[in-house]
Amino acid sequence: MSAREVLERVGWRVVGKPVPRHDAWDKVLARTAYAADWEMPGMLVGKVLRSLHPSARIVRLDTERARSLPGVVAVLTARDVPRNTLWTDVPGQTTEVGPLRAKVHVLAEERVRYQGEPVALVAAESEELAEEALRAIEVEYDPVPGVFDPQEALSPGAPLVHSDSKSNLLARWTVRTGDVRGALARADVVVEGTYRTQFVDHAYLEPEAGVAWVDSDGVLTIRVATQVIEHFRDVADVLGLPHNKVRVIGTYLGGGFGGKEDVTVEVFLGLLAWVTRRPVKMVWTRQESLLARPKRHPFVMRYRTGALRTGELVAQEVELLADAGAYAFLSALVLLYASTTACGPYRVPNVAVDAQVVYTNNPPTSAMRGFGAMQVVFAYEQQMDRLARELGMDPVELRVRNGLRKGDRLPIGQVLETHVALPEVARRAWQALGPAQPPSGPHLRVGRGLACNLQPYGRIVWLHDWASAWVGFEMDGSVLIRAGVPDVGAGQASSLCQIAGEVLGVPLDRVSIHVSDSALTPLAGTTTATRQLMMSGNAVLRAATELREHVLRVAAQLLETTPVELQLDGHEVRTPDGRCVSLVRVLRECARVGVPRSAFATYHAPAGDPIDLDRGGGRVFPDFTYGAHATEVEVDTETGAIRVRRYVACHDVGQAINPQSVEGQIQGGAVMGIGYALMERVILDAGNNQTTSFSTYLIPTSMDVPDVIPLVLESGEGMGPFGARGIGEPPVGPPAAAIANAVYDAVGVRVTELPIRSEAVARALYELAGHNG
Amino acid sequence: MKERTRLSISFELNGSPRRIEVEAHRTLLSVLRDDLGTVDVKEGCDEGVCGTCTVLLDGRAVSSCLVLAPRVHGARITTLLGLSPDGRPHPLKEMFVRHGAVQCGFCTPGMVLTAYAFVRSHPQTTRQELRKALAGNLCRCTGYAKLLDAVEAYVREVCSVR
Ligand code: FES
Ligand code: FES
Repeated sequence: MSAREVLERVGWRVVGKPVPRHDAWDKVLARTAYAADWEMPGMLVGKVLRSLHPSARIVRLDTERARSLPGVVAVLTARDVPRNTLWTDVPGQTTEVGPLRAKVHVLAEERVRYQGEPVALVAAESEELAEEALRAIEVEYDPVPGVFDPQEALSPGAPLVHSDSKSNLLARWTVRTGDVRGALARADVVVEGTYRTQFVDHAYLEPEAGVAWVDSDGVLTIRVATQVIEHFRDVADVLGLPHNKVRVIGTYLGGGFGGKEDVTVEVFLGLLAWVTRRPVKMVWTRQESLLARPKRHPFVMRYRTGALRTGELVAQEVELLADAGAYAFLSALVLLYASTTACGPYRVPNVAVDAQVVYTNNPPTSAMRGFGAMQVVFAYEQQMDRLARELGMDPVELRVRNGLRKGDRLPIGQVLETHVALPEVARRAWQALGPAQPPSGPHLRVGRGLACNLQPYGRIVWLHDWASAWVGFEMDGSVLIRAGVPDVGAGQASSLCQIAGEVLGVPLDRVSIHVSDSALTPLAGTTTATRQLMMSGNAVLRAATELREHVLRVAAQLLETTPVELQLDGHEVRTPDGRCVSLVRVLRECARVGVPRSAFATYHAPAGDPIDLDRGGGRVFPDFTYGAHATEVEVDTETGAIRVRRYVACHDVGQAINPQSVEGQIQGGAVMGIGYALMERVILDAGNNQTTSFSTYLIPTSMDVPDVIPLVLESGEGMGPFGARGIGEPPVGPPAAAIANAVYDAVGVRVTELPIRSEAVARALYELAGHNG
Repeated sequence: MKERTRLSISFELNGSPRRIEVEAHRTLLSVLRDDLGTVDVKEGCDEGVCGTCTVLLDGRAVSSCLVLAPRVHGARITTLLGLSPDGRPHPLKEMFVRHGAVQCGFCTPGMVLTAYAFVRSHPQTTRQELRKALAGNLCRCTGYAKLLDAVEAYVREVCSVR
């Protein structure tokens, strides 16, 4: 019997209910120990010396003075690192995809390539001593010309960021289907636009932190805020240790959003603890986090879109150029997401996408919520708006007419096998805006905008993704789950409790979970790519279903009936005619007759081989989540100031495991997207970061955003447990385009550059009024 | 390393008297976390912008990263842990849990304390006023709506019935 069938029989108990999360109680009662809250006896403080130059040679690096300071226990440079290379292919993944492998140095060797690059490490008896040691390290730099713009980086003669490569081009992807030139020539209307997005930061409230120690069994143990406990392998490789001698214990995170996906403090901690043989703690300051951590890729996107009078899309030509910063990290993959979703959730028969990502001496860019599938929304949804206006069509109508359906093919050739909720999400979001409200004052104009998107959930199928989990009964009938899932704050762990509780009929307060320990919880892969509900959710579902079968088989013997007849409910197992046996008794019997009281299961996602996109490929992603956001904004025609007055975000989540968590993801994601649209910006001046504090890098406060109205659709067709789809990343995509479209609707200004700044809107309005610049 | 002025200070922390020696330049935040192990106070920026490190100083919400430790001599300090009358969770905490106002939870201690202090002095408050009152506490996860729901429910269901 499938899990869903079981549920249909017994009725749903906790799945689909907005039950409070167990970790919420721990957090309000201050029981959750985040990475920086942990201490060990005899602990040292670790710190990183970072380059202040975006591009320079290291002429001299002298640590003598620092090493000789009393209280300074270790000072390490690249020479002290056994293997100074970190391979940043796909974190935690066992299948390698060759060309996507990229390397960074743990510590800079002969040159630095971005401001903030790690140069040396110290460990000292106190924070102040560690800081003094950093000041005592003597570094002499010889600045060399850098390159700070991806277009310039591609021009002949540009300084090479990595002198061992022939050019600054890091990766290129193309998608080809049909005949774009011909179709554009035959189109009734062609709209064109160039769109630019900015560097932004994850800006989670918890800075990177961890504590490492060598345990009594000689195992290097690192307790760290990470989205990827599988980085234990990277630490082991750097130290030249067998993988089984390094253990990563992941903490509950104070936010990740992709920023704690690449290695942060763990390798530094591993080195310092291994060398000093003492516990070491490292906590990055906010300045350090904003200075040195990889950002979201800025994109330049050139679009040409052709349609017939009827509104039918016939062709789209796309050029994408992204800034990788100084090291590759996950840039090639981010660009792949962008190029394969560049046409959005629409049927476009003729497509040409050319995408490039380029090294510069800017801060590196890597994973961030939305992972390349979100910058393109800003472009393709403004193209749709331009078309609707050109054709005099209703914006919802145009999208519904062109929306993908189940069974359609994406331009990459992937066939959509599950429900595509495009018409519903677009209509629902737009309708929920309600009747238009008049402007709240003179000089103010009101406008509305819509934007739809599709976001993959789960990893690229080439990676043959899998996750495993263990579920068991204790002798008192309580349930324990072990799963190597980092919980970034989105409720990953508690969703797994709901799933197991549902299948086993055990109330949630009798279910507990251990997550995120590379030594003690079955590995489950990264908490990224909106994959954990699908991956670990399915693994837990399988394990729990198997466990249920074991237990019911034994109970059936005790009750002299067949397992199918039985109901497992909290404390007892019952027959339809009212006979019952206690769960504890059944578990004892299991032990006596040697039937397992636990189950371990692995879920393998749909797999595939790398495809040649050039010649049309096939499946790249397991599945997608579809959404639409609608907003009403008010624009001040004198200052250009924009206020978001109403905001609706609608997504098909397949099946909400916990509706409250789903709403929270939608609201939080949309607000992150509104920040991206209106205020967030890492400002770089020739690679020098001008926004290294929360007073200069601004994220939305409660005063900057309205209450996002979440609309949850449940098609039941996702690939997760009970038909769920992932919802972590999807809501961050549409806001920028929805707001830009609303600004156009309000004042007739087409904003093509993020963030949408009031100065730019005011200037455009001034020019529209017939003044010149 | 230079010798620095050390001071002996005493204050009340979550209802218990404390006396410690601190260097005059230390912040309340670092003393609470590093010296007294009160790690329910979190550090988000250490420069007074994010509100994560909020504590109550004589009942007033302050950013503890901006308060020098000697300043609290003779004062009453309350952290999230101290907000549990008769050992039971404060009803405001219950509202945070019930309304899904806690995601990663890193902003939660500061957020709960700011909301608590504001509502105590504005028991008749509105959602718009709450929005303003919480503007100094950043949250990167929730989008604020559920936070406001939680505090509003507390105002409606708990404060006004008394
Ligand atoms: S840590 Fe004190 S306000 Fe941010
Ligand atoms: S819940 Fe994560 S910062 Fe507020």
